[in-house]
Amino acid sequence: MTDKTVPQSGHIVPAVFTRDMLDWLPWLEPVAADRMTERQLASLVDAARVKSDYFRLLARDPDVLEARTRTDKDIFYNPDAGLPRAERELAAATTSRLNGCIYCASVHARFAATYSKRVGDVDRLLAEGVGADLDKRWNAIVAASVALTETPISFGPQHIDALRKVGLGDDAIVDVINAASFFNWANRLMLSLGEPTPAAP
Amino acid sequence: MKADVIDTLAGIVPGSHLDSVRRARRAVAREQAQKSYDSLFAAGDTGDFGPLERFAVAVFVAGLHGQTAIKDYYAAKLRSAAATDATRATIDAEIAAAATKGPYGAYPKGPLSKEDTQGPIHRVADAHREVLGPRLAAAFEHVHMLVFHPRDAAPPSLQAMLDAGWTTDAVVTLSQLVAFLSFQIRVVAGLRVLAAKS
Repeated sequence: MTDKTVPQSGHIVPAVFTRDMLDWLPWLEPVAADRMTERQLASLVDAARVKSDYFRLLARDPDVLEARTRTDKDIFYNPDAGLPRAERELAAATTSRLNGCIYCASVHARFAATYSKRVGDVDRLLAEGVGADLDKRWNAIVAASVALTETPISFGPQHIDALRKVGLGDDAIVDVINAASFFNWANRLMLSLGEPTPAAP
Repeated sequence: MKADVIDTLAGIVPGSHLDSVRRARRAVAREQAQKSYDSLFAAGDTGDFGPLERFAVAVFVAGLHGQTAIKDYYAAKLRSAAATDATRATIDAEIAAAATKGPYGAYPKGPLSKEDTQGPIHRVADAHREVLGPRLAAAFEHVHMLVFHPRDAAPPSLQAMLDAGWTTDAVVTLSQLVAFLSFQIRVVAGLRVLAAKS
């Protein structure tokens, strides 16, 4: 028997980029929380993610989900050297803004604002887009993330020069590359397997 | 020891400067990106989404990115998966017909509509559909959108894949495969530029 999508209806569709909390509605049936296998539960890494439709949908392929999640956590949460967390989140928010992932942009704009305390700059990135003039250092990180996100990829030696000029070492530049690249992974899952709606108050 | 695919594709050799940055600072990300690759492309149990289809999609994705060396890597794997000459030539023809520039697409109606950008919706040519079969043809049309205009995604494109014989499980794996490649290709491209400047 042919499987069916689960189109969503009757919900509010966010029509702007925002730092507000959003929910995500799946277009394919997630694994039911009470029917998850041991392997699927383990693939969530964080047990609380069993509440999330997104993670229970991805748990249909637990090996990829677990490796994806552990890649994500090391790129963004590993505090050892490299780029400050706020700027890894800036790269994630920039990538999401350019690809048009309103859900991912909301999460990572919140993180970027929280860790940098530069709420106004983050909001200008959301409102004006990736051309917003932030400051020299953030402009260089945004430009590198944009060049990595375009297809074909337009990232070149001029982006490395610009990042070095604003003080990034090679370990921080690797973090920019990893963070922007990872959001090209995350955005495509979030955009193509479901859609956002405002979180219930 | 098995070679790390990102290091191989980026030309990062053991003991080099970037090898030490990747191993010393982000060892888990490096190892788990490789695990992601292994579970997508070297899994023991591939369910009803077999190696030939996986590598066919990978060649198409790398080709759409214009990344010749990465495409060649997956093309060699596709050949090992017993793809016919006709299939391989057809994928090349599809890449030539489908390559464009992204990201483009439309937003929900409202203030962002002024940022809507038009671009092609790819349809597999009838002659190619005969060679690729309905499953890969439906997949390529969906994959083109994922690569170039992911914000245009909507349930009908997923339903077209289900109607062509894909299961929900396999659609999730295919989505991960394309999304993972979107990551891997960018990391490789970025590291190559950085290595040349080190």
